Amino acid sequence: MTDEDMKSLVLRELGKIAPEIDLASLDPAIDLREQVDLDSMDILNLAVAIHEATGVDIPEADYPRMVTLDGCVAYLRPRLKDRTLI
Amino acid sequence: MPALGADMEFGTIIEWLVKPGDTIKRGDIVAVVDTEKATIEVEVFQTGVVEKILVPEGEKVPIGTPLALIKTEGEAVQPAATVPAAAPKPTAPEAPSILRPPPAPARVERAAATTVAVHEPGRIQVSPLARRIAADLKVDLAHVKGTGPGGAITRADVEHAAEAASARPPASGKAARPAARPTMTPQERHAAMRKVIAAAMARSKRETPHYYLGAHIDMSRAMAWLREENLKRTVNERILYVVMLLKAVALAVHEVPEMNGFWIEGAFKQSDAVHVGVAISLRGGGLIAPAIHDVDRKSLDEIMAALRDLVNRVRSGVLRSSEIADATITVTNLGEQGVETVYGVIYPPQVALVGFGKIVERPWSENGMIGCKPIMSATLAGDHRASDGHRGGLFLSAIGRHLQEPQKL
Repeated sequence: MTDEDMKSLVLRELGKIAPEIDLASLDPAIDLREQVDLDSMDILNLAVAIHEATGVDIPEADYPRMVTLDGCVAYLRPRLKDRTLI
Repeated sequence: MPALGADMEFGTIIEWLVKPGDTIKRGDIVAVVDTEKATIEVEVFQTGVVEKILVPEGEKVPIGTPLALIKTEGEAVQPAATVPAAAPKPTAPEAPSILRPPPAPARVERAAATTVAVHEPGRIQVSPLARRIAADLKVDLAHVKGTGPGGAITRADVEHAAEAASARPPASGKAARPAARPTMTPQERHAAMRKVIAAAMARSKRETPHYYLGAHIDMSRAMAWLREENLKRTVNERILYVVMLLKAVALAVHEVPEMNGFWIEGAFKQSDAVHVGVAISLRGGGLIAPAIHDVDRKSLDEIMAALRDLVNRVRSGVLRSSEIADATITVTNLGEQGVETVYGVIYPPQVALVGFGKIVERPWSENGMIGCKPIMSATLAGDHRASDGHRGGLFLSAIGRHLQEPQKL
């Protein structure tokens, strides 16, 4: 998977969790909790969704690295780069 | 049309899920109603057969309006009842009975019993003893046939009903249905929701003499325990710390029960069941505080599952009538927004609101030693008509004490 694939995967799952946010206008470097008002339940749901979509189990201690879009991609990169997109 | 919240005046039938001739069990969802705040699934309180729909889809009616006629089971020509019943007068300052949940383990039972008072005000005659036994045995008085003077329900009637009920299997779950379509645009709903919040909060500040208490709680044990616990779990089994807070509040209620219930018609009515309202904010503004039922009797896993379900449904806008109407105490956790201390406004006719702030690292001394600990502020907004600061203080300290023994939550 390329960075672009991972980014669109995260955006897709984010869109399911918070359908009312405008995905196109997200700043990938800004904390999603501040940017689009995600709470801990949303972050957990995002972790669950990424797990279901990719099999990557994100330990709770790593959640702080997942709070930006860039952070999500950086976290997934070493774990998914050799994966082909389904 | 049931009163689904303290300040609801009208509701619109979006969809009927039953039609004349259908057999329904109490607890079944029979209709979807749109209010100013949310789309709500209306549970029925009786078992019987739908005789006639009185309010068609799309019609907006005031609370208390009969929605349908139901022929109750085993009674051929019974005066037809209304689905969920005549609610209190819209003009009444408080919506008493619908908001008073009886203790009951299952949602179905609870929904049913809620109607007792609501449905036939003044019609069921029950001795206080029989009523208490009914509560203990979780018997729905609306379904008990009285053999006492004037058809009054006696202790023996309740006990017979309890035996009969235990022989019956519980009502089955609800069938999956496509989500109902709300009738309002997001903007309209937002405006309507602000009006509802405005009415409830203005009433609270006008009528409820609040007192406020605050305490700091050492969260190191609770957070360490949770970290360990979550390490053992896969991502979809993990628990959020707010779940421990909800359980601690529910357990503390057992020690100081005057925090749990309603101020109705000049008196405090304590609730035996602990239904914790959870303030859930909507992105873009607005707030709903639906209840998680029987939090004191649920495990952390069960509370987590209920919370997850509730948050999802609040944000997709579909709630059930019993969840909206019957919280007995409310918890608001604003810690995630970085708030250190919450000064809450009680949701009438409840008498207490517990607020939790952010967990922050603070120097903390214990047993003569100073260390850095994760500390959380807990506050209580209490109704001074129902309780005093001393009892409120005991309540807050009980919450703190329960959080020191997370393994027992």
